[in-house]
Amino acid sequence: MNQNNNTASSARRLGIKEKYALMTRSLGWDTTYQSMDDVFPFDQFEGIKIHDWDKWEDPFRLTMDAYWKFQGEKEKKLYAIIDAFAQNNGQFNITDARYVNTLKLFLTGVSPLEYAAHRGYAMAGRSLRGVGARIASQMQSIDELRHAQTQVHTISHYNKYFNGLHDFHHMHDRLWYLSVPKSYFDDAMTAGPFEFITAISFSFEYVLTNLLFMPFMSGAAYNGDMATVTFGFSAQSDESRHMTLGLEVVKFMLEQDPDNLPIIQKWVDKWFWRGYRLLTLVGMMMDYMLPKRVMSWAEAWEMYFEKNGGALFEDLARYGVKVPKYADVAKLEKEHITHQAWGIFYNYTQAAGIHTWIPNDEEMDWLAAKYPNTFNQYYRPRLEHLREQEKAGKRWVNNSLPMLCQICQIPMAFTEMDNPTKIAARESTYHGMKFHFCSDGCKDVFDGEPEKFQQAWLPVHQIYQGNCFREGTDPTQPGFDPLAEVLAWYHLDTSADTGEYNTSPDRANWERWTGRSHLPAGESPAAPAKAA
Amino acid sequence: MPVIALQPGYTGEVADAEANFHGNRLLYIGWEDHLMFCSPVCLPLPAAMPFGALVSDVLPGVYGSHPDFARIDWSQVEWRDSGKPFTPNQALSLADNGLVHKSFIQLRTPGLAGIAGSGS
Repeated sequence: MNQNNNTASSARRLGIKEKYALMTRSLGWDTTYQSMDDVFPFDQFEGIKIHDWDKWEDPFRLTMDAYWKFQGEKEKKLYAIIDAFAQNNGQFNITDARYVNTLKLFLTGVSPLEYAAHRGYAMAGRSLRGVGARIASQMQSIDELRHAQTQVHTISHYNKYFNGLHDFHHMHDRLWYLSVPKSYFDDAMTAGPFEFITAISFSFEYVLTNLLFMPFMSGAAYNGDMATVTFGFSAQSDESRHMTLGLEVVKFMLEQDPDNLPIIQKWVDKWFWRGYRLLTLVGMMMDYMLPKRVMSWAEAWEMYFEKNGGALFEDLARYGVKVPKYADVAKLEKEHITHQAWGIFYNYTQAAGIHTWIPNDEEMDWLAAKYPNTFNQYYRPRLEHLREQEKAGKRWVNNSLPMLCQICQIPMAFTEMDNPTKIAARESTYHGMKFHFCSDGCKDVFDGEPEKFQQAWLPVHQIYQGNCFREGTDPTQPGFDPLAEVLAWYHLDTSADTGEYNTSPDRANWERWTGRSHLPAGESPAAPAKAA
Repeated sequence: MPVIALQPGYTGEVADAEANFHGNRLLYIGWEDHLMFCSPVCLPLPAAMPFGALVSDVLPGVYGSHPDFARIDWSQVEWRDSGKPFTPNQALSLADNGLVHKSFIQLRTPGLAGIAGSGS
């Protein structure tokens, strides 16, 4: 076949198979001026052995020209809907302004990960010497950039009406709870390309993605946020491609060499646990932050991990891959972690970019029904006590900074499953220094690579080291207020972005604009603040 | 097990060496059965601070907002250091009580089990 005929008017149309071969595999070549090992220096040090990159299968057989066409069409539809949403004041169709806090969490916690994934796949694509894998990485890299952009564009409309959405990328790099998603991705990106792709494509995109995507997108649909639903749809076909890449890459590595199995199992264990800990924030959103709830975290975990994930690992058993270590712990914890996580944010609401609140009676009854073994016994009494405090005009906060897990960076709020009122704490000593963890899963990650994780940027420790103040701040000045300075460095406005929802300008504005309250008639914990 | 790195013998910088905390060392403190405080806290304290001062001057600011705090009988309090029983000498410094940078101590207050006995 003559490739030069491609542009001539007489050229016959290429079959899909030919086109795929020409526009993907034929784009690669073996270098001769420099050795392949010098050109691709990063794809061996992790110990993964690849003998024949041609065995890589592309389940989608997508070529770049088709890719541009599909993506362009999706963009046009998305932006038409976003325009219509803005023109029709779609922001007033949401359930109530508490819902917007899920968008704040998404924009500051998840959208920057989309951008990080864009960078990560660009690096992975550059590092892998197999052309099929490189093209798949390249497409995913562009997808992720598009997702970051469409999310920012969609949510920016809310920024005109609600507080806390103004500086998401600045916050992502600094805020104490945003170090949880940030450090997760930084860990993956500072590993080698095979660990990165196992971590993100397999463990996150394949095994756990339904637990990120479904709650946010269904939550948006249930709560009247059609703009977010639309970017969800626009990303969905990409996500299924990403999931397939995740499975393909793991199967490919396993088939290439039996020595790869123990390395991959270690990564599956590590990244299952890290992803699961990260999803705690999503579970908290489902159980506490959506005014209209879709399903509980426990139900989602049962459906998407215990059932679907169980089937996946049965399928992978023929390669020798086992169910991730500590999946049994996650199963036990499903009735606790979201209540514990909301406790963290309620404790430190004065320093967070989302508002917090005590669920109303109806919402507490929902939680009791969904968590019959735990909610009334362990969590309702503290919520009711805190509500009494709030009614008495003493909205409680925790004024001491928390102890963090060295790995997941979440405050050490998780408890022992055989004794749910006892904090779970694990410890390692490395080069004479103590390190603390929330779980055996996190301790195992540290013990596997202590040189790496002793470098963790733990927000609480960084504050105490004096690294979280604006340039030129003098902490030795009389009357120095460290918390105020840290919040200024975060770019959080304490009169609008932080603190209790009930006294926030967001609530006051919402009720002024819509006349709708989130509280049942007669229930009024506190008067709203003056509208801002 | 060594780090998986391109460069043999790679070690990174230790982010939280004691020298970085301006003369203090970190002490983590947790109050058992009082999980209204979501997690143990992290405090930078001078190694020379007497343990008694930790109890009389520091803990009220940390835990005083809990209704159980005023009811604590300090002679009954059980302490643990990294999970092991620990009997602090109130007159000695944190350091002389064997507490090092990033030690994790917990107190249990018998008879007090949090809001409505829920461990909160």
